[in-house]
Amino acid sequence: MRGRWVLAGCLFWVLSAPSLGAIEAQAFPDETIKARYYDLIASLRCPQCLNTNLAGSDAMIAQNLRATVLRLLVEGKSDAEVEQFMFERYGDFILYEPRWTAKTWLLWLGPLGLALVGLSVWWSMGASSRKTRHGLSESDRANLKQLMDR
Amino acid sequence: MIVELGHFCVVIACLLAFLQVVLPSIGLKQNNAQLMASASSLAYGVFVFTLLGFLALIHAFVTDDFSVGYVASHSNTRLPLQFKVSALWSAHEGSFLLWTLVMSIWTMMVARFSAPLTTDMRARVLICLAALGFGFYLFLLLTSNPFERALPFYPAEGADLNPLLQDFGLIVHPPLLYMGYVGLSVPFAFAIASLWGNTLDVSWARWSRPWTNLAWAFLTMGITLGSWWAYYELGWGGWWFWDAVENASFVPWLIATALIHSLAATEKRGVFKSWTVLLAIFGFSFSLLGAFLVRSGVLTSVHAFAVDPERGAAILMFLVPVIGGSLLLYGARAWDLRSRVTFKRSGRESFILGNNVLLTVSAAVVLLGTLYPLGYEALTGGDKISIGPPYFNAVFVPLMLALMALMILSHRSRWWATDRSLLTAGQGVFTVIAAVAAIGVSVVMGPIKLWIIGVAWLAFMILLNLGYELHRRVRLKSNPFSRLFNQPLAVYAMVLGHAGIAVTALGIVTTVMLSEEADLFMAPGDRAEVGAYDVQFYGTNNIEGPNYVADRGRVEVSRAGEVIATLFPEKRRYLASQSIMTEADIHVRSLGDIYVALGEPLENGAWAVRVHIKPLVRFIWFGGILIALGGVLSIFDRRYRAPVARSSRQASPAPSREAVHG
Amino acid sequence: MAKQSVLIPAFVFAGIVVLLWFGFQLSDPHLLPSQKLNDPVPDFELPSLTAVGETLNAADLTGEISLLNVWATWCPSCIAEHGELTRIFETTGLRIIGVNYNDDSDAARAWLKRWGDPYAFHIVDERGTLAIDLGVYGAPETFVVDAGGIIRYRHVGVVTQKVFEETFAPLIQNLKDAS
Repeated sequence: MRGRWVLAGCLFWVLSAPSLGAIEAQAFPDETIKARYYDLIASLRCPQCLNTNLAGSDAMIAQNLRATVLRLLVEGKSDAEVEQFMFERYGDFILYEPRWTAKTWLLWLGPLGLALVGLSVWWSMGASSRKTRHGLSESDRANLKQLMDR
Repeated sequence: MIVELGHFCVVIACLLAFLQVVLPSIGLKQNNAQLMASASSLAYGVFVFTLLGFLALIHAFVTDDFSVGYVASHSNTRLPLQFKVSALWSAHEGSFLLWTLVMSIWTMMVARFSAPLTTDMRARVLICLAALGFGFYLFLLLTSNPFERALPFYPAEGADLNPLLQDFGLIVHPPLLYMGYVGLSVPFAFAIASLWGNTLDVSWARWSRPWTNLAWAFLTMGITLGSWWAYYELGWGGWWFWDAVENASFVPWLIATALIHSLAATEKRGVFKSWTVLLAIFGFSFSLLGAFLVRSGVLTSVHAFAVDPERGAAILMFLVPVIGGSLLLYGARAWDLRSRVTFKRSGRESFILGNNVLLTVSAAVVLLGTLYPLGYEALTGGDKISIGPPYFNAVFVPLMLALMALMILSHRSRWWATDRSLLTAGQGVFTVIAAVAAIGVSVVMGPIKLWIIGVAWLAFMILLNLGYELHRRVRLKSNPFSRLFNQPLAVYAMVLGHAGIAVTALGIVTTVMLSEEADLFMAPGDRAEVGAYDVQFYGTNNIEGPNYVADRGRVEVSRAGEVIATLFPEKRRYLASQSIMTEADIHVRSLGDIYVALGEPLENGAWAVRVHIKPLVRFIWFGGILIALGGVLSIFDRRYRAPVARSSRQASPAPSREAVHG
Repeated sequence: MAKQSVLIPAFVFAGIVVLLWFGFQLSDPHLLPSQKLNDPVPDFELPSLTAVGETLNAADLTGEISLLNVWATWCPSCIAEHGELTRIFETTGLRIIGVNYNDDSDAARAWLKRWGDPYAFHIVDERGTLAIDLGVYGAPETFVVDAGGIIRYRHVGVVTQKVFEETFAPLIQNLKDAS
């Protein structure tokens, strides 16, 4: 199976043939459903493909799932309900936006933590400079003393 | 025969690279200048033999020598000539040969332009580069040999190049991207050589800067082209998907962007020394990690290579000593590099630090999102998780907005400290002008969106502040005629780079917020409305290309009753592989693209037709080109031309008012 | 800042290497774990392929341990798998139930005529609704369903003799022992 995904590459954009733009004409009851449909199929992952959303895949399962999304929307399901429907059947894999769970909190809080660390580094380097500007720091004083004692 | 000679040439290049490590090392040990100098002449030799090997493989492609397995699986007699050549780098083995060629080019350029360095330093830099090259040659020859013959039974016809790759994009994108990836090995080698020789003074930063800027410019160009290629070739209308392979090129870019800024601070003010060295190591490490991960298949990506589990082990055997060794060397030496130079929170150093913090955090966040699924699977024992665009956009966009906000003020900053009045002068007026312009953009482009107004405001503030800074610099010169031209090129480079960011941001936000997409069922003669446009379909006819047949549709796009474009999207069937390709046709207008692609044929000559309206999408790549041009321009700055040899150069302790940022 | 802090990057890199080492050991990135393990087969109301006019539902899957096999005429590896399914039925007498997935029923009946029919019956899933409820993402896929109609195992891809004997047979034996 894996061997078949050969495609070239280098490159960073080299793609697997079966995942090319799925273009199909759907009939939408109204514009809101159309917009929600396009948003949903963009944020759900094709379970069979390497890394393509439902919108970008021609795989049989992607076609079926697109039809299912539309059917559920027409039935009046909310976006969250559609996502829940997919999650119950295909698990976390199908959601491009990971859910908040005990195993994903690091994913969501990690960036925040990194940003805070970054901010504190930026702040502290500026602050320490002010101190040294107006007086010698402990280590400078020690160094100076050492030099004077020579 | 020529193929065997080519193979042999690469073996010689490998041996020469080995000598280029050993001889100068002995020279260093015995303090023998002649042996040390051998590194440069050997660099030329490595290049020449790699080039010969490369040409031999091109020859095999051009002459359809299908006895070579690699040629047989990626080419075909009917393939147009330019694609026969570029097919060489369309898959793992050949693209890795290109990688080694690019490595030898950079090494040779360093050998050519590093004469003013001290003999020791020059030898050390070239040894580092040669050692990397030697590793690449070993990897190429032992695990990924593109010269291998498929004897005695070889096909009479080749399997053909994947039709997706039969495109101008394949010709230019990989070479540029590799120039960027591999180019980062130069600042890396400078950093390692300086750590090794304990000569990490400011001249190291000065020497690294033009190389880093150039490699970074190539990387920018490579990524920009890749994005553009994906956009028009995939019939998908997107230009970025946060795919693992895209991220693999984007993380090094973010790090390299931080590096070019921190190098400036290190060179001018002697600050952030150890941090800059670490960034130089990171930059190339991530480009290695990214490029190799893609090849190992460990990251699930659309842009996958054929997966070979054994290659994974070989890759780790290469990555661990190179990256791990560098980081350990850093660990051993970096503590002594702490700088004693100080700055205030309003100083330019502080802005550069902010830039570095934001870019490094961004890179770390992208890396986290890319590797998290792997860790998730490891820790849960096989559960899979997907991390896609919604996540990356949510965490990445705020960081970029903060970066743009920082950029607005950074242009006016001075080394060490900046007067508050200097930072705020005229900003009230600018705020109003930028706000009016931003609202104007949003109104002209379509329905009003707060996101567009906000990002456009940031973009205009950047542009206005750039203009202000340029104007101030010109005003200070006495001669009105020469004043614009007498600015150091580095100033213009900075202006181009930052303006490019503003342009790209404007393109991104407008495209994302206002794109229209419609998949239509259209029989010949049908009309449909998409956004502000009318689309009429006139059916398809059959055409024949050099190695494909196609249905070519005719679609007229009109606005307010006036035809503005006739588009000819194609559905191609390539003869050798029988694969079907969607070839979109795009009408480019100043305010946006109209993009039409054919889907499936339906009954009675009707087709599923996809129409995208992509406002300002070109701005994304135009901005990328500006950024890359800035990088190229900076290396022609006078200060880097024929630099005088100085083993060490102290940072000027006094903050200079006219110091150049960028 | 402690002096050791300059070694942090090296430690982070070591962590990444461990992660990658694990990554290289992973079997197949395409294999998705099933969400439906130990759940009852989802309810459905679908026609039978061979007994024309009859409808089938989840209750028809209970009573004995069965293999629920998702197949289609457009799936070339289903033909490869067919021989093994026939062999399993002939040697073990295990009940095999087909889900004819996204297929044309006439073509499917012709296919069975040509290759033989070891199945007890086939559920016609023309629009893939049952398949989606089962979390199927390709064909062939095979589920082990116990006598109570609970899904106990899912195999993606062709069931070969090796797969059957190493994975399915012990599992089925366990289920038998438990009941």
